[in-house]
Amino acid sequence: MIEQIQQPWPWYVAGIIIGLIVPALLILGNKSFGISSNLRHVCAACFPADIKFFKYDWKKEIWNFFFVGGIFLGAFLANHYLMTNAPIEVSPALQSELAQYGISNFNYMLPSELFSFEALFTVRGFIMMVVGGFLVGFGTRYAGGCTSGHAIMGLSNLQWPSLVATICFMAGGFFMANIILPWILSL
Amino acid sequence: MNNERVQNIDSNTACVNASEQQHPGWYNLKYTAVGILFGIVFVKAEIISWFRIQEMFRLQSFHMFGVIGTAVVVGAISVFLIKKFNVKTIHGEVIKIADKEFNKGQIYGGLLFGFGWALTGACPGPLFAHIGAGFYAILVVILSAIAGTWTYGYFKEKLPH
Repeated sequence: MIEQIQQPWPWYVAGIIIGLIVPALLILGNKSFGISSNLRHVCAACFPADIKFFKYDWKKEIWNFFFVGGIFLGAFLANHYLMTNAPIEVSPALQSELAQYGISNFNYMLPSELFSFEALFTVRGFIMMVVGGFLVGFGTRYAGGCTSGHAIMGLSNLQWPSLVATICFMAGGFFMANIILPWILSL
Repeated sequence: MNNERVQNIDSNTACVNASEQQHPGWYNLKYTAVGILFGIVFVKAEIISWFRIQEMFRLQSFHMFGVIGTAVVVGAISVFLIKKFNVKTIHGEVIKIADKEFNKGQIYGGLLFGFGWALTGACPGPLFAHIGAGFYAILVVILSAIAGTWTYGYFKEKLPH
C-alpha cells in the first residue's frame, strides 16, 4: 500500500480527487473553488494603494488563504513522507528537445537549470520566473480566474465564458510552448 | 454596502464568497484540510511538474488532459447533483454558485495567462505547492504574480473588457 502511494499517482486518481474538491468546498461553506483570487486578496490586504479594484473587505475572503495554506502543508507532507528519490519520468521527445538547450536534470519537478536562485540571474531564467510569474498574475485576474476557477469550477457549472477562458488558456500555452519558448530557452 | 461589495467582486473574480453566515475564525481550518489533500495530489500526481505541463502543451503526454478532464467531469456531476437534490451546506445554507459573465478579458487575459502557464509550468495553485515542496526560488514567481495582479488592478479601467 505505502509503496503504491509513493509511486506517482495516475491521472484518474488525481482527477477524481480534484473534481471532488468542487462539491467539498460548496458543502463545507458555499465556497466556489478558485485560487488565483488569493493574489488579489494579498494586494487588497497589503498594497491597496487606493485602487478601486483592491478596495473591498478581503477579510471576508480569508477562507481562501486557509485553503492555500493547506496546499502548502499538503505539498510539504507529500514531499517529505510520500516520495521516492526516483527522477521524474519525462517523455523521450521532450528530453531530446530540452537537451538541445542544456537542460538535463530530471531529478526534481522543476528543471534546476531554469528555476533556481542562480537561474534568476540568467536571461532565460529571469524571463521564465519573473516575466512568467507576472503573466500568470496579470492574465488570471484579467481573465477573472485560473485553471481552478474557470477550467474546473466554471466548466463544472457549465459556464460558457469559462469555456472561452479555458480555450484561451490552452491556446496561449500551446503558442508559448511551441513557438516562443524554444527561442527563450536558446538565450 | 454589502450588496455593492458582492457585485464588485462578482464582476471581477472567479471566487465569490456566497456565504452570508458568520463563523468563528477557526472554522476556516476545514478549508485547510481540503487544501492539504489538494497539495498532496498536486505533488503526487506531478501536477506541479514543469515537465508535465510542457508535455501537455506539446501533446506528448495524456496525463494533464486526463487530470483536468476527469476533474471537470467529476465536478460537473457533483454540481448537477447538488442542484438537482437541492443539497445544503453543513451549516444548512442553500448552495449558490455565481454565474460567470462574459467579457473580452477572458480572451485577452486568458491568452496572457496561457503564456505564463507555459513559461512557469504552473498555474497559481501549484505555485503555492512548490514552496511547500521546497522550491523556495518560486517565491520570486509568486511575488511577480502578485505584482502582475496589482498592475492589472491599476490599469483595469483602461484595458479592453
